[in-house]
Amino acid sequence: MKRPTVITSLTLVLVVMGIVSLTLGKYPVTLRDTALFLVAKITGHQQATSLSMDLLDSLFLSIRLPRVVAAVLVGSSLSVAGAAFQSMFINPLVSPSLLGVLAGASFGAALGMLLFKSWLAVQASTFAFGFISVMVAVGIARMFKGSTILLLILGGVISGAMFTSLLSVVKYCADPYEKLPAIVYWLMGGLSYADAQTVWFTAVPMVISMILLISMSGYLNVLSMGDEEARALGVPVEKIRMLMIFLASLVSSLTVVIGGMIGWVGLIIPHIARMLVGPDNKVLIPSSILIGGIYLLLVDDICRLLFSTEIPIGIVTSLVGIPFFIFVMKKANRGWSS
Amino acid sequence: MIEMNLIEARDVTFSYDTKLVLRDINMTVHRGEVISLLGPNGSGKSTLLKVMLGLLRPSRGSVHLKGKEISRIDAKAVARQIAYVPQTHKGTFSYKVIDVVLMGRLPHKPFFFSYNQKDRDIAFEKMERLSIGHLAERPYTELSGGERQLTLIARAMAQGAEIFVLDEPATGLDYGNQLRLLEQIIKLAREGYTFIKSTHSPEHAFWLGDRSIMIKDGAIIGDGKTEAIIDQESLYTLYNAKVSVVKVNGSLRVCVPHAITNHTRLTVKSEKDEIMFLPLNL
Repeated sequence: MKRPTVITSLTLVLVVMGIVSLTLGKYPVTLRDTALFLVAKITGHQQATSLSMDLLDSLFLSIRLPRVVAAVLVGSSLSVAGAAFQSMFINPLVSPSLLGVLAGASFGAALGMLLFKSWLAVQASTFAFGFISVMVAVGIARMFKGSTILLLILGGVISGAMFTSLLSVVKYCADPYEKLPAIVYWLMGGLSYADAQTVWFTAVPMVISMILLISMSGYLNVLSMGDEEARALGVPVEKIRMLMIFLASLVSSLTVVIGGMIGWVGLIIPHIARMLVGPDNKVLIPSSILIGGIYLLLVDDICRLLFSTEIPIGIVTSLVGIPFFIFVMKKANRGWSS
Repeated sequence: MIEMNLIEARDVTFSYDTKLVLRDINMTVHRGEVISLLGPNGSGKSTLLKVMLGLLRPSRGSVHLKGKEISRIDAKAVARQIAYVPQTHKGTFSYKVIDVVLMGRLPHKPFFFSYNQKDRDIAFEKMERLSIGHLAERPYTELSGGERQLTLIARAMAQGAEIFVLDEPATGLDYGNQLRLLEQIIKLAREGYTFIKSTHSPEHAFWLGDRSIMIKDGAIIGDGKTEAIIDQESLYTLYNAKVSVVKVNGSLRVCVPHAITNHTRLTVKSEKDEIMFLPLNL
């Protein structure tokens, strides 16, 4: 398929899925009411509905819409971060957690829950530690001379391990009846905490970062040929890489703020995208964003609807992700060679 | 004819940490030259190429591109003049050949960029000139070593560069591909491109003719017309290899290892009397 065709079709699928997801939920709304509501919102032309317009308004716009947007944002952010990392680290097996961002953000969330009453403070702590862990990884890499990519990966391993240990410390200190369960549930990942305010507030930096990553995607092709080749092509490798690590870490941190730890999305979605559109980052990056959004929306719908109580989405993404990854490894030689 | 100095290395010394890799290198590259850089493994060939590309900064001394110190020139501007063709590598992601060639357009682009039809046209034109236009949609990772090397040369041409720096371009290629590669180099050199290439093969240096530079332990030990400086003495000094340099048809030279002459009892005279051994006194 030609590049614009793929992007257009994926966008269409995402929009349709978004609208369908809005109509799905435990509270029964007839298809007719949904259609009339959408017509009223889009055209301003109101017709009589069986449920009151106010109820529909709060149901769709205040409850379901933030949830749908949260799913799309988290899915696309993790995917774009994963795709960017895979290209810039020249390794199709890395995920957004490579530089410790998810470990750091989880620690930040747990610490916040332990120390603060205000949810805003917890979110701030989540975001801040996500970033701090990446800075630790980059700092460790900068301490040594040598292959930057390898050192960054090692820095990430160290930073991730450190914040995972610190997370255990926090868990150990947490009150086992109230705080510990809250932390554990949070770390399973779920979008049920995604309130409208958080979603709208985080959406702005996430969307801006994603747009910037799309605009810079051409550099990823060159970076994936190795530092020396990229520099010989006139690319300021260190600057571009740091900028892209910054953007990818920003969006990854914010996914933890919205929905806790949601694993495997950032690893498998770029592979699906690569199988579909090939490895050219100019197409791969926007495709990963769209497919990631579609995927998490789908999984979140399943989590919301399948059982009478909600399943934490992180559990489902892992359970789907692992067998899928084995499948990907078998088919691997199309997108990347051994 | 006024010769212009394209690249000039002045008293270049380079060391990785405490290890001295290049010492007091002085060399000048003129427009249209084809330079073969010979030296044993670890002699500093690759480092010298990277210093001349501006990828490594000399510890002492300086490199000048058209009279201007290379570290003071914008990296994109350098890339529009000098192109690096690295040793053949397989690559991790299976980009299409056209996408790899398009990377060469990057030095002509602003910070935020996407390749347009003009870039595509240029990329296709360069591929056609190297007769690899038919490979455009093929995955780079599935090409043969020779095709990959030609793809990287097409990318170098798409950069708009006039100086090509090739790091052991023939290494890892089968015999046929080595010959096809050298053929393309000869063709491009006739069109006015300048080549600096490191090589493990004195034969290749003979085939390309022109100029050779010999480097050993980080220092230049020979620089000049290829036929003048590659002989059995210099090859012995360079590689500790016993070889006779034989003239064919009075012009082309080939190397014949002593082990082979002893083994086959090669006769010196041919029917036309034009193959002859040069005197051997090692």
